[in-house]
Amino acid sequence: MAYSDKVIDHYSNPRNVGTLDKSKKSVGTGLVGAPECGDVMRLQIEVDEATNTITDAKFKTFGCGSAIASSSLATEWLKGKTVDEALAIDNMEIVEELALPPVKIHCSVLAEDAIKSAINDYRVKNGMPELEMAKSHH
Amino acid sequence: MLKLPIYLDNNATTPLDPRVLEAMMPYLTEVFGNAASRNHPFGWAAEEAVDYARDQIAGLINCDPKEIIFTSGATESDNLAIKGIFEMYAQKGNHIITTTTEHKAVLDTCKHIEKIGGKVTYLPVNSEGLIDLEELEAAMTPQTILVSIMYGNNETGTIQPIREIAAIAHKHGALFMTDGTQAVGKIPVDVQDDGIDLMAFTAHKMYGPKGVGALYVRRKNPRVKVTAQMDGGGHERGMRSGTLNVPGIVGLGKACELAKQEMAADAARLGAMRDRLEKELLTLEESYVNGSVEHRLPHVANISFKYVEGEGLMMGVKDLAVSSGSACTSASLEPSYVLKALGLSDDLAHSSLRFGLSRFTTDEQIDYAINHVKEAVTKLREMSPLWEMFQDGIDLDKIEWAEH
Repeated sequence: MAYSDKVIDHYSNPRNVGTLDKSKKSVGTGLVGAPECGDVMRLQIEVDEATNTITDAKFKTFGCGSAIASSSLATEWLKGKTVDEALAIDNMEIVEELALPPVKIHCSVLAEDAIKSAINDYRVKNGMPELEMAKSHH
Repeated sequence: MLKLPIYLDNNATTPLDPRVLEAMMPYLTEVFGNAASRNHPFGWAAEEAVDYARDQIAGLINCDPKEIIFTSGATESDNLAIKGIFEMYAQKGNHIITTTTEHKAVLDTCKHIEKIGGKVTYLPVNSEGLIDLEELEAAMTPQTILVSIMYGNNETGTIQPIREIAAIAHKHGALFMTDGTQAVGKIPVDVQDDGIDLMAFTAHKMYGPKGVGALYVRRKNPRVKVTAQMDGGGHERGMRSGTLNVPGIVGLGKACELAKQEMAADAARLGAMRDRLEKELLTLEESYVNGSVEHRLPHVANISFKYVEGEGLMMGVKDLAVSSGSACTSASLEPSYVLKALGLSDDLAHSSLRFGLSRFTTDEQIDYAINHVKEAVTKLREMSPLWEMFQDGIDLDKIEWAEH
């Protein structure tokens, strides 16, 4: 399979690989996917409570090049966004940016799920109600 | 300078040995006759070349030259053997025994046999890929006409106990056929000593050309016959019609001659290189050899790297031409049925690499491969949340993963 240059770039030089301290109240962690499905993404955000802005984002992904690139790109986009702006990220934006082929669209879906899951974790930790996750992708 | 990518997928196909090409060349040009033309020198020259090739092949596997039926390759040979025996011995019985780790050319032919009224037993294998001889014996029935079990496995290199299998088949009055595609030319295969009645093999796995193979069919003790699956001019003693592929056959013959001369030295050199590759890669934590280490073709290594994903791994080892445990036959990735038969989980099957070395593989290439794979696995693990959890002592089986 031919990968786009952007996928190869993110795969070869992934941005923001790493781990944030998940015990901190300001950190939200999303873990999505399953090993037997071939993709597991963990995406973490650190939120500045006063401004509701994402100050840091890290990921670790077990998956194909497209999955790694989708999560790497997501962390790049998340930094500096408000939580509300982050919630608005749609998987099709990732598909377009990385020129993912149809068989790899699920990687972008997983990245969107990981973002929403991390935000939810942050919300629950900080006494906010959990948001309904759209299940339409599955 | 090392040329990239490095070809280590020699179980898929091997490059043509220049000496084989040289032997073939005249038969692609001036010596173009039809081996079946009996009335003029063009035909005679072609027939002579075919006969010479038959001798070279017979010399490699220790058979009579007349026992070689030329085909288009191992897939056709497997089909001809199984379907041909099923038809020819229909009065004796309709039961065939094979294994779950055979090549698709055997498995799918057996499925076809089931559709046309035959019975097939698919023997399981243990974690090393070996069948249980007692299970084989227990599966034998008076209706069993054929036992078809491959010599060396294409994915793991595991070598089955061929002589013991042949003895059990014969004890119960059945014929023994083996798919020798990966073994012939790589390890000593002797149809007499091994008790083989039919054997499929092909040129392009032993430095010969693609599109030509053979089926060995025993003529004595017992005399075996297969019903032709290709009707026509009655070539190859009526068992396989079709004008002979003279240049291809000349290439197969030359490849067999070279294999006979160089097999021992090649096997020793490749075995040492394979062992070095494997030993180095096993220094990576949580990496495992798939298949039997003891009973194995010398040029094959199949290794799984836990906590890295197969497709990502293939992308990471882009400087190597290797196969993975994922059969990318369609858009969806299916884990290898051979590795699954050994008891591997889907994710471990996906994250495996198969290395197939050849006569042309160099130490320098192996050095590069070792470093390249180590770097890729290490880098992917640093990115893998599963690796981090494993390092933290978290049991991944106890996590409730979100299905998607």
